[in-house]
Amino acid sequence: MSLVADSLRRIVSRGRTAPAVAASVGEPERVSAPAAVPAPIDIAPNDPIIPYFQSAAGAVDIEALELDSPALEAMRSAGVKLVVPLVTQGELIGLLNLGPRLSDQDYSGDDRRLLESLAAQAAPAVRVGQLVREQEAEIRSRERLEQELAVARLIQQNFLPRSLPEVAGWSVAADYRPAREVGGDFYDFIDLPDGRLGFVVGDVTDKGVPAALVMAATRSVLRASAQRLVEPGAVLERVNEHLVPDIPENMFVTCLYGVIELETGRLVFANAGHNLPMVASGGAVTELMARGMPLGLMPGMEYEETEALLDPGAHLLLYSDGVTEAHDADREMFGGGRLSSVMAEAGTRRGDALLRTLIAALGAFVAPGAEQEDDITLVAIRRESGAGAADALADFSVASEPGNEREAIRRIEPALAAAGLSGARLERMKTAVAEAVMNAMEHGNGFQPELPVDVTLVRDGDALRVDVTDRGSARPMPEAPDPDIDAKLAGEQTPRGWGLFLIRNMVDELDVSGDDEHHTTRLVMHLEGGRDDDRA
Amino acid sequence: MTTALEVKVDVLDGTATLLLAGDVDREGGAALDRAYSEAAAAGAVSLILDFAAVPYINSTGIALIVGLLGRARAAAVPVTARGLTDHYREIFEITRLSDFMTIEAGAPAPEGSTR
Repeated sequence: MSLVADSLRRIVSRGRTAPAVAASVGEPERVSAPAAVPAPIDIAPNDPIIPYFQSAAGAVDIEALELDSPALEAMRSAGVKLVVPLVTQGELIGLLNLGPRLSDQDYSGDDRRLLESLAAQAAPAVRVGQLVREQEAEIRSRERLEQELAVARLIQQNFLPRSLPEVAGWSVAADYRPAREVGGDFYDFIDLPDGRLGFVVGDVTDKGVPAALVMAATRSVLRASAQRLVEPGAVLERVNEHLVPDIPENMFVTCLYGVIELETGRLVFANAGHNLPMVASGGAVTELMARGMPLGLMPGMEYEETEALLDPGAHLLLYSDGVTEAHDADREMFGGGRLSSVMAEAGTRRGDALLRTLIAALGAFVAPGAEQEDDITLVAIRRESGAGAADALADFSVASEPGNEREAIRRIEPALAAAGLSGARLERMKTAVAEAVMNAMEHGNGFQPELPVDVTLVRDGDALRVDVTDRGSARPMPEAPDPDIDAKLAGEQTPRGWGLFLIRNMVDELDVSGDDEHHTTRLVMHLEGGRDDDRA
Repeated sequence: MTTALEVKVDVLDGTATLLLAGDVDREGGAALDRAYSEAAAAGAVSLILDFAAVPYINSTGIALIVGLLGRARAAAVPVTARGLTDHYREIFEITRLSDFMTIEAGAPAPEGSTR
């Protein structure tokens, strides 16, 4: 109905001139006799004349019409005598308004038939014109929207850190994945004096350029305040005071700001309504609580501060609601519980591996092929467990795509070499890793690219241990028979099936284990006294 | 990083030399089949596989070589492997491929080798 009303509002009536036709498509200048262009008649969307015209059988005599309609009055006073509704497919799309005949005689039956036939032919053509115009307008507005999204994305990405802080004894990882329509997520790290590291995660409500600009402003004010003020709560208070006067209506910012004393692991943070951080430490996962209103809502807010100690090995995880509020096919949310279980499982791993595991868990949870609903931000800060412990020398994941075993070799080779493996034994370990990764990608993960294969290298005494883990849920690894080249050459056995055989012959120890969700192939090479030449 | 396998075939006095360049993995099957057919069509009575420009062979690549060796044996065409690194020579021995083909001692890597 609003469309009709819109068209009708533009209807042009003719005054006391010849019975000319006034088109309804909204451009009065197209009407003939420009000398006497009359004012358009406004018809309110709820005017009873609209349903009347819509169902009228043909030309309507305005003088004889009895209807409580402001538009009817307006037509009469504009001198309209006869109206021919333009109706196509049951839809009223315009009106032909005619003044009195020049001869001042009434319109004859022939006149009416002629006008009605004209209207019947004009209506569909006018409708096509309207549709084309609407479509053009829609395309223009979509292009504007895309352009705005591109600008917003540019602003937002310009204000994200280009590199992660490198701090001895700590590992820092971040993963930011914008949704197509760009939410307002951001994160930041701030170098502070006296061996302290500041970190920020935040989310501006709303999307697009305004949200991106508020994000940029928040980040700048926060950076400046963090240098001047020590207490995280005071920093958020200052940022809030800056934002409140200028922030657009209905927009606010959730934000968590914290400071870590790198030497001691002491963490202090304040929270303006953002998702609470999680800490995985000593096998347990805890959520740290601090209260405070989002930034930009009200002046004079105070922010509670919470203190915690990050022990060696502890892993701090910060995230945005794009993580916990991702939905699966049944509209169930990922939630803090699932996040916490993944933390419990993978919290001891390096930050980038933890984040890969989290992203994989999220990818497996959401409906297949679903578009990402909101920005996803993950920041992981881990205090390394220090000398003597079995810290991973390499810890990474590769996607299950054919050929990615080469990527795994490329990434693990420097760590193997640095740990003291060289020559033939280095080559053997590389082949074993490649074959184990291929098995994991193909048989464990079925070459589903979103399922990662995790590779960790740990030194345990004189043993170098590589674990290759897939996501093959409860599917037993195929037990290939020992390959028999005579049978293969005779065509009695598939030419394939060399992987596990090769691995077994490459490394000092091989162990395959699994649980409900994973298989792990463990490859062990000893640095000393290995069986270098026992096969020659 | 990975390089698709290309195989050039040189036939001289009934011996076809298959010059392999790139990775011998699952992607290399078509190139190797084509090269074998070309050698067979040229009437080769013996085959040399030159691995000097092969940086990487994996288990699916071993399977391809087993397949090629099977075809050659069916046609009573002897096969020689040359240009293998020590590591892949070891793998050819472990898999017993070396029982069915002659392995030439590793020559210094020629020009154009990726190693």
